[in-house]
Amino acid sequence: MGGGQIVAGCLAPHPPHLVYAESPPQNEPKAEGGWEQLRWGYDRLRASLAEVEHDVVVILSPHWQTYVGTHFLGLPRFEGFSVDPVFPNLFRYTYDLSIDLDLAEGIHAEAMSAGLDAHMMRNPDFRVDYGTITTAHLTDPSWSKPLVVISSNRSRHYYSVEVMQEMMAELGRATRKAIEASGKRAVVLASNSLSHRHFTTEPEVPEDMSHEHITSHAMHLWDMRIIDHMINGRSKQLLDEMPEFTDQAIAETDGGALTWLLHALDLPDYNATLHGYGTVIGTGNAIVEWPAWRHREDSA
Amino acid sequence: MTVVASFLVPVHPHPLLAPEANEGYGRLRAAFEEAAARIEASGADLIIVYSTTWPSIIGHQIQADPNPVWNLVDHDFHDLGTMHYDFQIDAEFAHAWRDAAEQRGLTARTVNYHGFPIDVGSVVSLSLLNRNNRIPAAIVSSNVYANRAETTVLAKSCIDAAQAAGKKVAVVAAMSLSNRMFTRRIEPEDDRIHSLKDDEWNSKILQFLGDGRLEDVGQLSRTIHNQIRVQKVVAFKPMWFLSAMNDHRNDLTGEVLAYEALHGAGGAVVHLDPASNGKGDKEYDEEDVEVFGGDRNVLDTESDHAEDGTTAPQAPASSPGSGPALWDPVEGEDAVNTDTAPKPVGAYPHARRVGDMLYLSGVGPRQPGTNAIPGGPIHDEAGQPLDYDIKAQTQAVVTNVERVLKEAGGSLEDVVDVTSFLVDMDRDFAGYNEVWAETLGKVGPTRTTLAIRALPTPIAVEMKVVAHLPK
Ligand SMILES: [Fe+2]
Repeated sequence: MGGGQIVAGCLAPHPPHLVYAESPPQNEPKAEGGWEQLRWGYDRLRASLAEVEHDVVVILSPHWQTYVGTHFLGLPRFEGFSVDPVFPNLFRYTYDLSIDLDLAEGIHAEAMSAGLDAHMMRNPDFRVDYGTITTAHLTDPSWSKPLVVISSNRSRHYYSVEVMQEMMAELGRATRKAIEASGKRAVVLASNSLSHRHFTTEPEVPEDMSHEHITSHAMHLWDMRIIDHMINGRSKQLLDEMPEFTDQAIAETDGGALTWLLHALDLPDYNATLHGYGTVIGTGNAIVEWPAWRHREDSA
Repeated sequence: MTVVASFLVPVHPHPLLAPEANEGYGRLRAAFEEAAARIEASGADLIIVYSTTWPSIIGHQIQADPNPVWNLVDHDFHDLGTMHYDFQIDAEFAHAWRDAAEQRGLTARTVNYHGFPIDVGSVVSLSLLNRNNRIPAAIVSSNVYANRAETTVLAKSCIDAAQAAGKKVAVVAAMSLSNRMFTRRIEPEDDRIHSLKDDEWNSKILQFLGDGRLEDVGQLSRTIHNQIRVQKVVAFKPMWFLSAMNDHRNDLTGEVLAYEALHGAGGAVVHLDPASNGKGDKEYDEEDVEVFGGDRNVLDTESDHAEDGTTAPQAPASSPGSGPALWDPVEGEDAVNTDTAPKPVGAYPHARRVGDMLYLSGVGPRQPGTNAIPGGPIHDEAGQPLDYDIKAQTQAVVTNVERVLKEAGGSLEDVVDVTSFLVDMDRDFAGYNEVWAETLGKVGPTRTTLAIRALPTPIAVEMKVVAHLPK
């Protein structure tokens, strides 16, 4: 085949708090709202993605942590009940998702031929991680598209941010090649926060927004710097600063999702769209879209 | 004795799901089975699991679903199969532990949710150590931000709750030694410890543990973590927990039941028996700690700053607010003072010794360090009455009495006479009397209970204690 393309890439973080605040039927706990800045950001992202036709959504979440290679969900369908182990009071979600198995196997094969250790996950009892479910829900609560779900290899822990970036660059390129070969139009999602220092206490009412703010000024400065790179087309500089950012902001970019995304998008030099920024229990979260399809039309 | 046995066990699923895949996994499986038999023989009626594969952020989470049932699949080793679990959890103990943790200044909560994802370390250890599921268990998370002091206090709160419930406890730390795995899939027959350096460190740790030198390993935790641990979420903390559960002892009777590679990581089953091996000495480098002083809240802008410039914990809901000034206890030749008891509200010592006799100053329920009042203050800063729990206050008084006695080399057993003061006899006598019966009532001192108009802080109960210390 051929002719496939990534129509958009997004930084789409997964605080379960946002799903909780929305109180959708799939989630057991119900809230009085909260974290509206971020939820409005997701409204804008959804509206933007609705403008571009796509066949499949590819997600890399830092909460399917694998230490032995990169893994792909490898059955056509996964159903289950996801409970966040850290915030079980907020997130207990019934899911039923379908997998684009052809594309998953295509990316798996490309990753293997690029020299990465890769595996298909074919155990039907596997519980899909809450990061993937949260990001998938927030970008499409109707779950209308099949997914490709990729694990987060923890090479940052085994080696360094630099090695993580090299591996994720390979995985990003493999993802792009496989999507192009598939003939499909894909939206690619990196599911991670930016600065990631949490408060260690929770207000009695979790959605009490009078408690919500960034944990420290340094975290705020880092988040703003990274966002500035994204919305001004400076992918390469962002990647150059990733080791310092990841260490100093204890950023959730350690899982490699953002590095993978930028390489899947082939290091975009056009400006990304910031749909929203807000903190969740002190951590910094940005919802950012690289509208690749617009860029292609512009340059055509 | 509260802790009747302690164990270190690995967290990987291989001994549970694939013991036949290589001889090492089989030996680990056999060691698990031996450990299970020893737990049975120890007479334990509660198994405590501290698992590094259950990280938490909001304080310490304690499993409280009485019967969690689910199918767990490992994130990496999903091809080994599914781990079905169906455990018996002591929910009552979980709640008591949470309360005890809060009394010592920690943030803690119980979790009781259908489908809660119990972590792989807990599932492997409970499945193999408690196979007929006969002994109820408690599982606690490993807080990612907790340091040694906090982890030590968590263990002490566990002991508080276990002692109050009269439990005999087997403690299990689910953790790897060196935790570096091969980053590519290997065949089981090729499994070995990832590197010689990891193997050497593991051997050193196991030599210490085999010698029963648990506290020494605890003191080395940070070094070990830096040397042979991939910096995943949770550090080499279980040794702090395990050591504090064993009163920071270095003379336990240790035995390494197995040590094998698990996809490159070091997996060991070790038994630590509280019986003294007759050798070993304490070599304290770091101080013991009784209450959590809130070091984790460095980033919490709501916390108060103490005079010494350190960050104080967030004022608990039960904080007495502004009250009389606190004094350092008066020093003197016969004075007995301890940081583990609340500070005096005037110029006097915690206790004074005359020969074998120990006279305690009036003891209330305030918590050392935080000054919080378990069960809540009896009125707010404006003097408006508040609802409070007399039983929690009385229990805290007894605990504070015990701390002063311990400092003097004694225990509750040595108390001979008590005068109790209640600010509301009608409301509180029954609850106070109930806690008395469960604690000092069992020792049998003489007692006089008086109603008085007020105490210097917003508390409902205070005791004046006289003890006769052992020679
Ligand atoms: Fe996360």
